[in-house]
Amino acid sequence: MLQISAVLLLVFLAICLISLSVGSVHIGLGQLLRSFSDILTGEHSLSSQEELIIVSVRLPRIIFAGIVGASLSLGGVVFQALLRNPLADPYVLGISGGSALGAIIGILIGAGSFYLGVPLLAFCGALATVFLVFVVSGGTRGPLLDNSLLLSGVVVNAFFSAAILFFLSIVNSLELHSITFWLMGDLARASMKEIGVAAVCLLLGFIWLYLQARTLNIIVQGEDVALQLGVSVESKRRWILIVTSLFTATAVSLAGIIGFVGIMVPHMMRLIFGSDHRLLLPAAVLCGASFLVAADTIARMVLAPAELPVGVITALCGAPYFIFLLKRKTN
Amino acid sequence: MSLICGQNISFRYAETPILDDFSFALAEPQVVAIIGPNGSGKTTLLKIINGIIFPERGQMMIEGKDTRRWSRQELARAVAIVPQENLSIFPFYAEEIVLMGRFPQGSNACFEDKKDYQIAHEAMEKTDTLAFAARRYDQLSAGERQRVLIARALAQEPKILLLDESTVFLDLKHQMQFLALLRQLNITQKLTVIFVTHDINLASSHADRIILLYCGKNYAIGSPAEVITAANIKEVYDVDVLVDPNPQNGLPRMTLIT
Repeated sequence: MLQISAVLLLVFLAICLISLSVGSVHIGLGQLLRSFSDILTGEHSLSSQEELIIVSVRLPRIIFAGIVGASLSLGGVVFQALLRNPLADPYVLGISGGSALGAIIGILIGAGSFYLGVPLLAFCGALATVFLVFVVSGGTRGPLLDNSLLLSGVVVNAFFSAAILFFLSIVNSLELHSITFWLMGDLARASMKEIGVAAVCLLLGFIWLYLQARTLNIIVQGEDVALQLGVSVESKRRWILIVTSLFTATAVSLAGIIGFVGIMVPHMMRLIFGSDHRLLLPAAVLCGASFLVAADTIARMVLAPAELPVGVITALCGAPYFIFLLKRKTN
Repeated sequence: MSLICGQNISFRYAETPILDDFSFALAEPQVVAIIGPNGSGKTTLLKIINGIIFPERGQMMIEGKDTRRWSRQELARAVAIVPQENLSIFPFYAEEIVLMGRFPQGSNACFEDKKDYQIAHEAMEKTDTLAFAARRYDQLSAGERQRVLIARALAQEPKILLLDESTVFLDLKHQMQFLALLRQLNITQKLTVIFVTHDINLASSHADRIILLYCGKNYAIGSPAEVITAANIKEVYDVDVLVDPNPQNGLPRMTLIT
């Protein structure tokens, strides 16, 4: 377990190094290490162009991509376990639709000119939607049923997509541009402070969830089994849903909607490492982070100096690899 | 104080009554069989003893305490159940499934300790499942899966073990091994065993007491000789049978009249 996590961590760091070095300006490994030692010894003056690119452009973006990728794939693993459904992703309870609608409203009323205006509205939209899904599925009154939760999520998401389309059809072209950009997801937008917030949310969420890993294993076995093995399923599921929604909504509200990471990485991890969440949770965090950093690097490179939306890359490379993995496993 | 005591229990699913004013008590650790036709409330009764569901009216007491007032974890330390079939969408290894039985006994730590592994392995030895500890649970045969679930329940180290038709998929050898194990645990560790079965002869030859359920009521409770009579079977199952003493042990033996 520890060894696997260590290997995955090394892979992640290697991908980060590559990502730091490539781009519209190529920075060699030697230069990279020199810049790092400069920074660590406090001697950096940010005088050289390379150091400036590393410290203020690439590094924050890589860290943010890692945090968002980790949040989405961790969220995916947990939602799949809670809903006992391998097709669930972190957006299944309406976090995507809700945050998108919140962001669109924010852009339309001009919240973009305030600090944290749009992300804050997106975050509120996401949480309000998750709460709405809770209410629709009857989870606020009675037991939290996986199927009715899933169905309510799908229905609420569909309703929100309609609302989003409505807004898209009535806005002017300038607003349309910034809304479309938000919807596609953008890793370059977050400030260092925002990245810090997302990192703290992810860290706290992960630590708490890891302590519940054995409980998650048992919840996956079904409600009756979990009850008879001494898990108070109801309250456990509720708390796990709330915590997971919080850090996922934070990541989505800052980065926009990046598809595919939250469903594909969890799947791959289950295929490779099995179902024990004590291994699955750290593996999903590290691979989700690696995957999104790699995808973002490619998105920066393909049409350099222009950039592709990272969501295009996640789907384009993710889907074929996933099919390959599935085929190999079923054979 | 009774070990298990159900008082005037009623339970309905939607509008269909499943258990209707059902009462029974068990004072000492025995092996008890529950028999009855389909839909007579056997599985529901097990779930109520296990505290997975609560009676609508009446109460179920375990060691003198209402199941509603037990904490989930404490109840899981006292009562274990082997369900009919339990397939998760996500694959686990047989050993992982058995180790889950240690969850209620532990301090909810993140990892099992040496003792947990030792007890889980003993349970797997007793159920003859150690050979496929490292195989995937969903790829085992139905009988092997059933034995893994039995091992999980044994790993829970319960005082009361509930079995919901847990012998149906077992071959003859493992069935005999398992029933002998239950009797041995009953004698050496004062384990109470309550098993639901459709095999009336199996109930007759292995249970101290038999509960014959019919339409949610206890039609008959007592020793095999008291419960397994041609008249009772005719009334409850609506089939004609011949009941005579088993030449080996004198317990009632049922033969279908065709």
